Amino acid sequence: MKAFHYTRASSPADAAALAAKTPGAKFIAGGTNLLDLMKLEIETPAHLIDVNKLALDRIEETPDGGLRIGALVRNTDLAADKRVRRDYAVLTRAIVAGASGQLRNKATTAGNLLQRTRCPYFYDPNQPCNKRKPGSGCAAIGGFSRQLAVIGTSKACIATYPGDMAIAMRLLDATVETVKPDGATRKIAIADFHRLPGDTPHLDNTLQTGELITAVTLPKPLGGKHFYHKVRDRASYAFALVSVAAVVQKDGTGRVAFGGMAHKPWRVEAAEAALPKGAAATARIAFAGATPTHDNAFKLPLAERTLAAVLSEARG
Amino acid sequence: MKFDIPATTNPIDRLKVVGKATDRIDGPLKTTGRAPYAYERHDVAPGAAYGYVLGSAIAKGRITGMDLSAAKAAPGVLAIVTAENAGKLTKGNFNTANLLGGPEIEHYHQAIALVVAETFEQARAASSLIRVDYARGKGRFDLEAEMASATLPKEGFGGAAESKVGNFDGAFASAPVQLDARYTTPDHSHAMMEPHASTAKWEGDQLLLWTSNQMINWGKGDVARTLGLPKEKVRLMSPYVGGGFGGKLFVRTDAILAALGAKAAGRPVKVSLQRPLIANNTTHRPATIQRIRIGTTSDGKITAIGHESWSGDLPGGGPETAVSQTRLLYAGENRLTAMRLAVLDLPEGNAMRAPGEAPGMMALEIAMDEMAEKLGMDPVAFRALNDTQVDPEAANRPFSQRQLIQCMRIGADKFGWARRAKAPGAVREGRWLIGMGMAAAFRNNLNGRSGARVRLDGKGVVTVETDMTDIGTGTYTIIAQTAAEMMGVPLETVVVRLGDSSFPASAGSGGQWGANSSTAGVYAACAMLRDKVTAALGFNSADVVFEDGKVRAGNRSVALADAAKGGELVAEDYMDYGDLAKKYQQSTFGAHFVEVAVDAATAEVRVRRMLAVCAAGRILNPKSARSQVIGAMTMGVGSALMEELAVDKRFGFFVNHDLAGYEVPVHADIPHQEVIFLDETDPTTSPMKAKGVGELGLCGVGAAVANAIHNACGVRVRDYPVTLDKLLPGMPAFA
Amino acid sequence: MDSPSDIGVSRRGLLTSGAGFAAVTALPASASNKEPVAPMETPPALPVQLKVNGKPAELTVDTRTTLLDALREHLHLTGTKKGCDHGQCGACTVMVNGRRINSCLSLAVMHEGDSVTTIEGLGTPEDLHPMQAAFVKHDGYQCGYCTPGQICSAVAVLDEIKAGIPSHVAADVAASPAFSEMEIRERMSGNICRCGAYSNIVEAIREAAGRRQA
Repeated sequence: MKAFHYTRASSPADAAALAAKTPGAKFIAGGTNLLDLMKLEIETPAHLIDVNKLALDRIEETPDGGLRIGALVRNTDLAADKRVRRDYAVLTRAIVAGASGQLRNKATTAGNLLQRTRCPYFYDPNQPCNKRKPGSGCAAIGGFSRQLAVIGTSKACIATYPGDMAIAMRLLDATVETVKPDGATRKIAIADFHRLPGDTPHLDNTLQTGELITAVTLPKPLGGKHFYHKVRDRASYAFALVSVAAVVQKDGTGRVAFGGMAHKPWRVEAAEAALPKGAAATARIAFAGATPTHDNAFKLPLAERTLAAVLSEARG
Repeated sequence: MKFDIPATTNPIDRLKVVGKATDRIDGPLKTTGRAPYAYERHDVAPGAAYGYVLGSAIAKGRITGMDLSAAKAAPGVLAIVTAENAGKLTKGNFNTANLLGGPEIEHYHQAIALVVAETFEQARAASSLIRVDYARGKGRFDLEAEMASATLPKEGFGGAAESKVGNFDGAFASAPVQLDARYTTPDHSHAMMEPHASTAKWEGDQLLLWTSNQMINWGKGDVARTLGLPKEKVRLMSPYVGGGFGGKLFVRTDAILAALGAKAAGRPVKVSLQRPLIANNTTHRPATIQRIRIGTTSDGKITAIGHESWSGDLPGGGPETAVSQTRLLYAGENRLTAMRLAVLDLPEGNAMRAPGEAPGMMALEIAMDEMAEKLGMDPVAFRALNDTQVDPEAANRPFSQRQLIQCMRIGADKFGWARRAKAPGAVREGRWLIGMGMAAAFRNNLNGRSGARVRLDGKGVVTVETDMTDIGTGTYTIIAQTAAEMMGVPLETVVVRLGDSSFPASAGSGGQWGANSSTAGVYAACAMLRDKVTAALGFNSADVVFEDGKVRAGNRSVALADAAKGGELVAEDYMDYGDLAKKYQQSTFGAHFVEVAVDAATAEVRVRRMLAVCAAGRILNPKSARSQVIGAMTMGVGSALMEELAVDKRFGFFVNHDLAGYEVPVHADIPHQEVIFLDETDPTTSPMKAKGVGELGLCGVGAAVANAIHNACGVRVRDYPVTLDKLLPGMPAFA
Repeated sequence: MDSPSDIGVSRRGLLTSGAGFAAVTALPASASNKEPVAPMETPPALPVQLKVNGKPAELTVDTRTTLLDALREHLHLTGTKKGCDHGQCGACTVMVNGRRINSCLSLAVMHEGDSVTTIEGLGTPEDLHPMQAAFVKHDGYQCGYCTPGQICSAVAVLDEIKAGIPSHVAADVAASPAFSEMEIRERMSGNICRCGAYSNIVEAIREAAGRRQA
């Protein structure tokens, strides 16, 4: 871990301004992923701006019937919120399917959105990785890629987005609220927040330098039955091979988003129209043009079967 | 003391303390965080500096240049150890690769430097400032590709590399029912929770090394050899070991580099291997490719059994002895086993819990299940039909004890095996497909020379000292039980001190030989102490009884403590062994039963019930022995369902080299586990009449899980781990 | 796409699996920074005040020092274990302000004013906490290295169930969780025990939970 300076921020705008003018600055909140990566010098901030004391830890109802979740609301608290459990059960389910109780007590809403890939080649600084070191190559292509992406990949990167919470956020059409170094705020639709790797896999998302997430808002509840089905090799404390977030209405219509498949939460709105026709029809559209490797081709039938299980449960 | 005729009645047989389920005497220290592990010795090595290990970035080749200047200039750095400045190092007798690499690199993450600094943070940061230039060499990393070049290994721990009895080829070819199948097991990582760690301190030319190690005497020898020191100048201490599973049988780089770092820095240094380094820097259980052929009569009698195994290791390494159990487990007149060893430039392969039998039984016991299926026989009945009470290769050599059939029958009864549906895929509960599987358990018993020193003081306190280790096995407690039984005192008046090379050398912890061997050594020392007590108290009768803190003969009874009134009595002795293990085949047996649920949609597997029935001689402490078995069952679930070091065959390293990538079972994977020990004493093994059990609990579990999966969903997977991607293609459609 | 020849060119040399020798350089990570930051001569150190096991603790730490290393190396509270240092094992679990966290993934300087409970704060060998006593009774440990983390986690898990925090195994996440073995297993899954004492640990927790309710 490189040495760094440490400052506690006093307000979101000050934090953003400080980050913009300090070379190599990063925000730290829960730190559960950032410190992990700093120990391996995959992240090497020269300055950490601790945002933990900012008052961004509340969950409030919005005028249009949704919820505004402060950036620093811990995963545990978000999952345990009575309104979330009642109206956005898919979000609670996604959160409690991830990590461990200890990590969820620390990890924050904003930080979780910024979680970086678990690609083992990204995690090994001896290996070429375009995400870690742009232009160095991708050792995962042709390597051990069982966990990695099957769609939306590029010649430069086949990493997956590893998180669970964001899959539900994507399903719910959440909006990410930020403050920029000049104090201006902006709203980013979750669909536009995470990027595909393309030829810039080192960029995970569309935040600008110094831009700080202040909240995530959820639109009004969708009703319906909520599912988050996470498939993994061990029963807990593991990243998804495939996960399916879904909200299914009585008439069989609904929404579905997938985790473990791509560099971002994978939701194809056009595929959702096929939900009443079943999992195969939906998966055919959702995963058209997939580019799996030998190691991870199983994810395509697995995703379809997992969706079938969800739809079966929704009917049942 | 020499043990060369079967034991008769002795003081242990009273079973006032031995054989009773006993809480571990080290429990209060461990559960309150007061038990000090190797990296935590602020008490004896205050002010230790911190060492951080740099591992090689390539698997095979040479270092062409190393620039230490930036690292040396970094804040807090006290010293940097590399092969260039370490002086002459001699490879340890138990090591295959050098513990400090450079300029030649033998495997990925081989240690190439230790940075010593005032703080851990400084050492870690400086280590990444070392610039290393490499010339990458061509390595061999693919076992499958190297099969053809594999050669006959020399005879080692697992016996001869080939065995032939009768005419296997002819008998197999003419057998009415045949199985010829190929199985694979992947590389496994010990993944013990405490990383390899050492604290080194020099007192003049004397090296004090607190290190996490299972085998103190081997370790002392190899530290001395590696550093070129006389053995008496090396003292190893390892009172608490945070798990080993074979990964800490040998001296590893943390110990050597801590010693070199402490020398270079002129003060104590401690080193703990960082987790992402462990899988490639240390040893692992090698992958195997196994071919099993079984031929039977139409009513299920085995006439031919053949087991071949291919594995790889670095030049000079050894094979995974996966065929060993097949020489002993089932009857059959025509037999063949063979091992082949390929040269691989992956990290060093070596022992992991139940080396040989663990992967061997994973394959053999699927094969037996497949054979039973072909024959239309119940898997228990098929195994029972082919039981043997003598070494199948030498009819005049009986097993000392062999209750395999009893284990299977009792297990079947307790587990409700009769409810198992014969046809796969027949039982469904909602989305879950339910199946049961079983496997025999088998692991040889080994004994080793083991010594102890026992002291009796004027307060009647009995202190046992031996270099034996407790790696979670419960050694502290069984040794205390043994001494208490022998000296006729309550457990509370026994003090046990372990893991110090200044104590008499023991058998150490490995190969499930520790419990019987080390307590037999304590037995020997206690027998000698009893003689000294008897003499000191002036008893001259042969029927002296040690009981309730008193020594009694006829009508005379004297407090034990009185014997030490004139000064502490000390006895030191070893248990040596004659040829009973040659006359009798000493093995441990068991049966594993498993029920699984397989998700009909996703093919995820959940283990719902587990039972092990074990016949393993006298069980010294049923509480900790049971824990050994459930722990082994848990590791067996891991090997069945998830554990695999993924090999990058281009760059030659284990890719998933941390605890997120290399998945081992978590709480949610493991149901309530049941263990039954059969009442058994084996007088041929030692006066303790005990055998090992810690590895028996693992042997066969993986196959029992795989067989249960087959019974649940009808898919037979012969390549471990049985992950859902291998099951999905065979699963029925789900809609 | 799957061909090894697609392995890219690193900044210094060709990283390929091809035959013969290829030059490879492991560069210091700082050399790969696009905007090099001047090296820091003295790593920043900051004072931090904690309350550890009820007692105030003042220390000055390198900003890089984790809460785990502050406990183990500065305060010599070595009961909290370092198993992986990356949040992958749970051996470092402590309670901060009543909540369990992985102390390896938290900087000491982020805990100014926080109240930390470690295994040493729960009980002593002479006066065991009921959870510690239950672990001894049910042999819920073997090598002992994950044990302090398991016990801290177990104590916190009972509080989490009581507080109504849902888990992955809940049939209905809107309902209050009930104590069950499946709940315990799921909630304890962030604490790995390679010795495999899980079955016994669940029994220990069940007993400790019963005692608490009584």
